Amino acid sequence: MAHAANSQNAPPESFFELNEHGHETGSSTMLGFWIYLMSDCLIFAVLFATYGVLGANYAAGPRPEDIFELPLLAVNTAMLLFSSITYGFAMIAMQARQTKMVLLWLAVTGVFGALFLGIELYEFGVFIGEGASPQRSGFLSAFFTLVGTHGLHVTFGIVWLVTLMVQIQKYGLISANRRRIMCLSMFWHFLDVVWIGVFTFVYLIRMI
Amino acid sequence: MLANTDLSRFIFGRLTLDSIPYHEPILIVTFLGVVVLGGALLAAVTYYRWWGYLWHEWITSVDHKRIGVMYIILAIVMLLRGFADAILMRTQQAIAFGGNEGFLPAHHYDQVFTAHGVIMIFFVAMPMITGIMNYIIPLQIGARDVAFPFLNNFSFWMTAGGAMLIMISLFVGEFARTGWLAFPPLSGAEFSPGVGVDYYIWGLQVAGVGTLLSGVNLLVTVIKMRAPGMTMMRLPVFVWSSLCTNVLIVAAFPVLTAVLTLLSLDRYAGTHFFTNDMGGNSMMYFNLIWIWGHPEVYILILPLFGVFSEITSTFSGKRLFAYTSMVYALVVITILSYLVWLHHFFTMGNGATVNSFFGITTMIISIPTGVKVFNWLFTMYEGRIRFELPMMWTIAFIVTFVIGGMSGVLLAVPPVDFTVHNSLFLVAHFHNVIIGGVLFGSFAAINYWFPKAFGFKLDVFWGKVSFWCWVVGFYFAFMPLYVLGLMGVTRRLREFDDPSLQIWFVIAAFGAALIAAGIAALLLQFYVSVRDRKKLIDATGDPWDGRTLEWATSSPPPQYNFAFTPIVRDLDAFTDMKRNDFRRPGDGFRPIHMPKNTEAGVILAGLSTVCGFALIWYIWWLAALSFFGLIGYAIWHSFNYDRDYHIPADEVAETEQAYASLAAGRS
Repeated sequence: MAHAANSQNAPPESFFELNEHGHETGSSTMLGFWIYLMSDCLIFAVLFATYGVLGANYAAGPRPEDIFELPLLAVNTAMLLFSSITYGFAMIAMQARQTKMVLLWLAVTGVFGALFLGIELYEFGVFIGEGASPQRSGFLSAFFTLVGTHGLHVTFGIVWLVTLMVQIQKYGLISANRRRIMCLSMFWHFLDVVWIGVFTFVYLIRMI
Repeated sequence: MLANTDLSRFIFGRLTLDSIPYHEPILIVTFLGVVVLGGALLAAVTYYRWWGYLWHEWITSVDHKRIGVMYIILAIVMLLRGFADAILMRTQQAIAFGGNEGFLPAHHYDQVFTAHGVIMIFFVAMPMITGIMNYIIPLQIGARDVAFPFLNNFSFWMTAGGAMLIMISLFVGEFARTGWLAFPPLSGAEFSPGVGVDYYIWGLQVAGVGTLLSGVNLLVTVIKMRAPGMTMMRLPVFVWSSLCTNVLIVAAFPVLTAVLTLLSLDRYAGTHFFTNDMGGNSMMYFNLIWIWGHPEVYILILPLFGVFSEITSTFSGKRLFAYTSMVYALVVITILSYLVWLHHFFTMGNGATVNSFFGITTMIISIPTGVKVFNWLFTMYEGRIRFELPMMWTIAFIVTFVIGGMSGVLLAVPPVDFTVHNSLFLVAHFHNVIIGGVLFGSFAAINYWFPKAFGFKLDVFWGKVSFWCWVVGFYFAFMPLYVLGLMGVTRRLREFDDPSLQIWFVIAAFGAALIAAGIAALLLQFYVSVRDRKKLIDATGDPWDGRTLEWATSSPPPQYNFAFTPIVRDLDAFTDMKRNDFRRPGDGFRPIHMPKNTEAGVILAGLSTVCGFALIWYIWWLAALSFFGLIGYAIWHSFNYDRDYHIPADEVAETEQAYASLAAGRS
């Protein structure tokens, strides 16, 4: 055993860190946020599964091919994908410590996000106008909930983004703000990945 | 005043004076009791000017130890409420024979059994294990706090907020009458139009946020904040078991959040997820809720497996037998717990193939669990066992849990399940494992770590009284239910025709009375221990000859836990230190970096609770106000970058010297 080899009366330094260096605060934040995102991913997994089970329960109501408009959807998807690229530019600017460029790219990202949301709301409005409301059938309940939950996340992301821009303006690219930019980056790209799932399994598969 | 006018509907939603159950004598008496006791408590706090102390030292505290203690207090308070429900049910069932309807009307009885289940699982067992993990994990891994101290405070207050919503349902409106998992279509808008299910939903959603965040928090704490030298295979078993539990929390609670959201959409927005018509499918709910629900029972029991491992090893004076197999058993249980959910509804038309798969996976879980039981027995084998209270609870656990486990394996066989499902046999089984495992484990943990938390041991005499009342009471209360279940009595019944059943219910009620005595003895144990704290003092910080790092610091530990971070060289790090005659450094203290207290957690949780209440009663303006208040306050809080400070080296030196002189004077 390890302790047998040690001499009697071991000095304190073999049991305690006497010269401890301060740990950077928030060094665990990225891991924690990533774990949180994975738990969020499970919420989407449940909604996808629900859509998988209920997605064909039309209750004699509208079917996907009756309501989905792929061209509009292509534009919408492009908005979100562009916003991910521009967020990437914001990250590059952050590495180069260019505060103004970070703000600019974040603003562009926010605009793309808002456009995405606008198109989504417009699409929802059209569907409901056509009588395809969430209350109409199991399929539509599952559809609106899955897509709407994603939309809520994007909304929350935009609120966060605006808050963060004010904070960057006010305090600059200090380490706490850089950490927040990285967390929001993970969040934003995560929403993109989820959207690719939505785009594929909710829209495309049902239209082909 | 509260006539059903448009204005009052706008202001109060569907909350009217009729919602107050003043026509129910039981509730009125309870309410008066709460008012008198609560009023006395508040008056005492005011009279002794404790508000400032409570606010600064506890409510806004981000110290994991304080938060851990608050979790456990919440659990004990809610245990009293949950147990009151249990006593009502046992009494009702013992007397409701031969035309006697007992004293609980049907709609009340249904609320009681629902509230009992919800409270015991979500607001007794969960806060209890979260509190124990919160207190012990950072100490055992040699850390100064959890990874996200503010989040920890917030998590606690969200749990407390959920508990508060459930408690409010007792006096304002009603609680769900659906059973503890609120299965649709019964829990849907059509069959449960009242506020009961909404209390259920929002109580659990608010508390669920807290549980999930505390899971993330503790997971990161174990991964990132271990002392130097503490590799994964040198983690104390309790930390391993907590790690597994928190993995399960993070991987299971989002499913609960999602499924309850879908149920609330059905109820609030008229969607069709779980309805009988328009393309809904209630089996979705059964699958999803049990995909959360089965891991949940392992979330509850795993940390206690860790507790028993620590206690067995400490009080046998031996290293834990087969540490590695213990860790692997934990991990295997963690994984398998996701592959068994369907055994909760074998009878609901899954077909023989599916049932066989889930029956077999369920039976397989008994293998790693059996490994653990044998490891505990072999740890005791040839050990010099000290029968202190924690060890007594451990032995009671092993015996009781094995019985409950065996009845569980019986239920895992689908043909057997077809005959006893939804019967009192099932009720006996899960009480057998939850009381025998989770509650006995919690009492073992409280008796074991109380001296660490407060600096004095718990009184042994009243501890033993509590122990014997609980253990004997448990067997009297639940063994008759096995018999009744085999005779075909289903669960959740309010009255009975067959007089030959009555004797078993009377025996069960006697058992419940014994358990009541056990709870009273537990409270008395706390009182007597506080009164005699000078006599029971633990000056050394190591009252049980402990083996892990929490015993390497003073009792109670200073705010920063360790003046110098320990270096771990072996499993059972503190035993290693003691064997090598370690010396505590007497000087050279350095300032210690700590997080600042904050009131943000309690304010955010308070707003969430108000929002939940408003949603329950359709008070839309209040819901919107509190929701946007919540978002606004969270944003405002994010502008506060000044969240930590340093404890000066002088203060650390002073604290450490006080401990050293206390230890020298007494030991």
